[in-house]
Amino acid sequence: MSNITFIEHNGEQHSVEIEEGKTLMEIAMNNGIPGVDADCGGECACGTCHVIVNPSWFDKTGNTNNDELQMLDMTPERESSSRLSCQITVTKDMNGMEVRIPEFQM
Amino acid sequence: MKTLTPLKESIGFTPGHATIKAAHILQKTKSKLGLSRPFPAFIETPIPDVDTLAIQDIDVSNPFLYRQNKWQSYFKRLRDECPVHYQNKSAFGPFWSVTRYEDIVYVDKHHELFSAEPIIMLGPVPEGLEKLETFIAMDPPRHDEQRKAVQSVVAPQNLKEMETLIRTRTAEKLDKLPTGVPFDWVQEVSIDLTALMLATLFDFPIDERTKLAEWSDIVGANPEGTGGQGNADDVYLAASEVMKRFSLMWREKEAQQKGGKALGFDLLSLLLKDENTKDMINNPLGFLGNIALLIVGGNDTTRNSMTCGVHMMHQLPEQFEKVKADPSLIPNMVSEIIRWQTPLAYMRRVAKQDVELNGKTIKKGDKVVMWYVSGNRDERNIDRPDEFLVDRKDARKHLSFGFGIHRCMGNRLAEMQLRILWEEMLERFDKIEVIGQPKYIQSNFVKGYESLQVRLTAKQSAPQ
Ligand code: HEM
Ligand code: FES
Repeated sequence: MSNITFIEHNGEQHSVEIEEGKTLMEIAMNNGIPGVDADCGGECACGTCHVIVNPSWFDKTGNTNNDELQMLDMTPERESSSRLSCQITVTKDMNGMEVRIPEFQM
Repeated sequence: MKTLTPLKESIGFTPGHATIKAAHILQKTKSKLGLSRPFPAFIETPIPDVDTLAIQDIDVSNPFLYRQNKWQSYFKRLRDECPVHYQNKSAFGPFWSVTRYEDIVYVDKHHELFSAEPIIMLGPVPEGLEKLETFIAMDPPRHDEQRKAVQSVVAPQNLKEMETLIRTRTAEKLDKLPTGVPFDWVQEVSIDLTALMLATLFDFPIDERTKLAEWSDIVGANPEGTGGQGNADDVYLAASEVMKRFSLMWREKEAQQKGGKALGFDLLSLLLKDENTKDMINNPLGFLGNIALLIVGGNDTTRNSMTCGVHMMHQLPEQFEKVKADPSLIPNMVSEIIRWQTPLAYMRRVAKQDVELNGKTIKKGDKVVMWYVSGNRDERNIDRPDEFLVDRKDARKHLSFGFGIHRCMGNRLAEMQLRILWEEMLERFDKIEVIGQPKYIQSNFVKGYESLQVRLTAKQSAPQ
């Protein structure tokens, strides 16, 4: 079984099974991970599915296009390995990946 | 009609003040010479049944559609028969209406196709104020720079600092409300609480907070922009007052900072602390634009959501019982209130090139209006859209805050305020009754209540 771990702001960890082809946001929603709102339902238009990828896994998450960069620009807790989880398609290669959830979504 | 109450102290000359005064004089002179833009007065007539109209005659820019609360059937017909609709005889000139949820998200997302400049209301920018800079009506890259400069004031981190103060002020207000006798909820609670919140955000004198509400109302009521009942002169007077007041506050805080005193978490302090914005005052129209955007953006919107909640709890007592039994539903209920109310009916764009949308060709330069108020009732995306459900699943998935780079910057603040209001309401009141009929605002932009008479019944075990 391959897994991805979401780490909440308070440190709580949630390990969830990888479903290939789904977005990371969908996996978070399907598993009821707290702290991901995803108000626009994956349109890259709200910024409330923000996660911070463990830097050593960042390259595995694929390209960040301009629209996403622009939305990320407006998120207050942005870090250099920030992504919008609805823009990451999950693959088997992500087995073991850790992503942090910011304190707030905005 | 509203008149302005005088500002407490008279304040000396500021450069921004002079700029606005010049715009006002220009507009007045043009108006006297008959050179200013003519604009027809709006005369109220009963809104006909939508089925009696030919599709091309449907005009959803008519401000009385909202005042008479008849918009629902109009937008349903457009969504079903002509989701991207052209109206070329409106008082505001020709415009496209986008009425389905998915098309609205498309337009809002594609800022490279649809420009937010020069203004996001249906009508034009007031004469002489064309250079007023507000980032809600700017495209990238300028939008992004300006938004970044101010957004920390309403970022959740800062809200945490403000929550206690807002809760205390809300509780004080609610404790003073009469029980058992009718009063106007809009005037007593919604307007005042919203002004209190903004005064907190701006560190504005609490005893002068009604000014914040007045200024905002004047901008929202501009007849040429939204079909409201205001008058053009007031817009300039309000602009010059805001300029005076906030320039003075800026100078005071600047002196404080120079004197080595730590600055707070209010808007001006944050701007002064930031390297990129510490000289903002030297660009008067930019300074004014940003302040005005926050005053207006945060005012009617939250206010009308506060009123809507009370109205719904009266109309649907079983929904009220549900939240009372389970207050953890409050955040969800807040999202449902904001969907239901849709405090800003639309945002307007201008096509930057020819665009195909749902079978229609929108031409470069055409006005395009995203009717959030319609998308929020689109049965294609929202389950049972005409029902108000405090426990609606996916209640956050509404259009009221817009989407894309202009998505409402104050959304978390608005949600927090409404959450606090309802948490404190449940502590105190058992029953909410609306007396008589609500009065709705005349505007195609600000969707809201003019008055709502209510009677509250105290909870047996209420504090105090
Ligand atoms: C329920 C309350 C509110 C509603 C429904 C609302 C609605 C909106 C909408 C529809 C937009 C434009 C979105 C778009 O073009 O896609 C917007 C933008 C904005 N709102 Fe709000 N708003 C609310 C409360 C507030 C508050 C409390 C503030 C601040 C104090 C605020 C400040 C702003 C600002 C600054 C923008 C411009 C953002 C940008 O262009 O990047 N709003 N709001
Ligand atoms: S869900 Fe809205 S940006 Fe990802």
